[in-house]
Amino acid sequence: MYLLIIDWWFIIGKSILIAAIIGLSFFIAMYTTYAERKVAAWLQDRRGPNRAGPFGILQPLADGGKLFFKEEIIPLASNRFLFILGPALAMVTALVTSTVIPWAAPFVAKSGAVFPMQVADVDMGILLVFSVVSVGVYGIMIGGWASNNKFSLLAAIRGASQMVSYELPMGLALIAVLFMTGSLKMSAIVGYQIENGWNVLFQPLGFIIFFVCALAECNRTPFDLPEAENELNFGYHQEYSSMKLGFYLFAEYINMFISSAIMVTLYFGGYDIPFVNEASWGLSSFWMTFVSFSVMMAKVSFFIFVFLWIRWTIPRFRYDQLMNLGWKKLIPLALINMLITAAVILYLKK
Amino acid sequence: MSARLTNRAVEVDRKPMTFLESIYLWNIMKGMGITISHLFKKKPTINFPEQTRTFSKVFRGLHVLNRDAEGRENCTACGLCAVACPAEAITMEAAERLPGEEDLYREEKYAAKYEINMLRCIFCGLCEEACPKDAIYLSQTFAPANYGRKGFIYKKEELLIPHPINEKEAYEKAVGDRATKK
Repeated sequence: MYLLIIDWWFIIGKSILIAAIIGLSFFIAMYTTYAERKVAAWLQDRRGPNRAGPFGILQPLADGGKLFFKEEIIPLASNRFLFILGPALAMVTALVTSTVIPWAAPFVAKSGAVFPMQVADVDMGILLVFSVVSVGVYGIMIGGWASNNKFSLLAAIRGASQMVSYELPMGLALIAVLFMTGSLKMSAIVGYQIENGWNVLFQPLGFIIFFVCALAECNRTPFDLPEAENELNFGYHQEYSSMKLGFYLFAEYINMFISSAIMVTLYFGGYDIPFVNEASWGLSSFWMTFVSFSVMMAKVSFFIFVFLWIRWTIPRFRYDQLMNLGWKKLIPLALINMLITAAVILYLKK
Repeated sequence: MSARLTNRAVEVDRKPMTFLESIYLWNIMKGMGITISHLFKKKPTINFPEQTRTFSKVFRGLHVLNRDAEGRENCTACGLCAVACPAEAITMEAAERLPGEEDLYREEKYAAKYEINMLRCIFCGLCEEACPKDAIYLSQTFAPANYGRKGFIYKKEELLIPHPINEKEAYEKAVGDRATKK
């Protein structure tokens, strides 16, 4: 097989993009841990970490360094292979979902070559996200099971059942969006919103359902039952130490970042700049990409803040409340939302 | 209902939740409004090493061994402070002043060794009251944190006030409010 020069450009461009996105995910996850502690402190009238560097901005490095130097313990009674596979799987699935998200407006080089700021614009984009997120359950399941610890196992079972039950209303809420945009392609969904206005304006209920489910999928409070400290000691990562524990904790924050990005893409116009027609500014393609990327990041940061804000407001649900909310409240609401959307679309088309 | 202690008691509402209540949305938003309002509130925390709380003039903190106006040590190692100390935190050894040391020690006898164990000390100020020579008093700072117990046994060098003539600025800082009190 021969590779043409244009193929090489393609491969290099994508590799750079992948490296940038993974680096960005790690960077944002790192500083989300810092933001989490700062926001928690502010909402509780405290100051938060402020000793490592100015305003404590080196705190995540100190935390990460600490995790690296901790002793790594693999329990004798654990299944060694699965024990290592668990955190790896959690991390990989968290990162893979970022492939289909369009991060910025495509960059057009002087030669006319177009570089979309998206690793892979696959036709079934959003379905890929869903399938990878479903595999993410195994990270928790395998980790909890392989630890050979009753608390880990209980947490893993809880986590798995919670994630499976909340995927359902999430998918149903999504279907209403797909009715409107008529495509599973992430770039097409963003393109539709740039032309017709953000989806959240037409799907407020769907967005709320999607958001609640995203909280549950990320195991964030009020749905952090797999990590319920006061019931399960530490949850599914009870037996983990050192960087394996770090991977689990990091994967949670990356998940939060990615799910914020997905919510922005699906409901808040992706990299679209609201209220203005940016094409009339006459910016060069590079600056256009840069500005749209900044707007995307601003929206994502806002959602990450909302995630943190909710965590420090609402206490954890009881397990039966969690299941009631998922199956008896969110699924009927999502179904109704879906039916109404379908009916309206059918009526408008007539 | 019979008479209550206050008239503010509210009957518990045990009605089953309506559908809207059971998706918790409104109450969650109310809660989020409360937490976000705390973002803009004044933080009561004092950033300790950089900022310090102001103490009252009679605050009893770390001990200081006094010098007179010429910079001679007041302490004569009489041991009254150690006797008065209810926590038995003070240890001292006396020595005789040699000829030529008149500018160092005010009286013929002085404390060669003077130690206060800050972990034992209860900062009651009885040593200050017992001292006939005005040699020891309690300042307005407290013992900073330390990594070991040994660090809390303060030697004479740590307790002595800076020399009033040779280290004027440090002396005035150490004296603080006390200078104006007299």
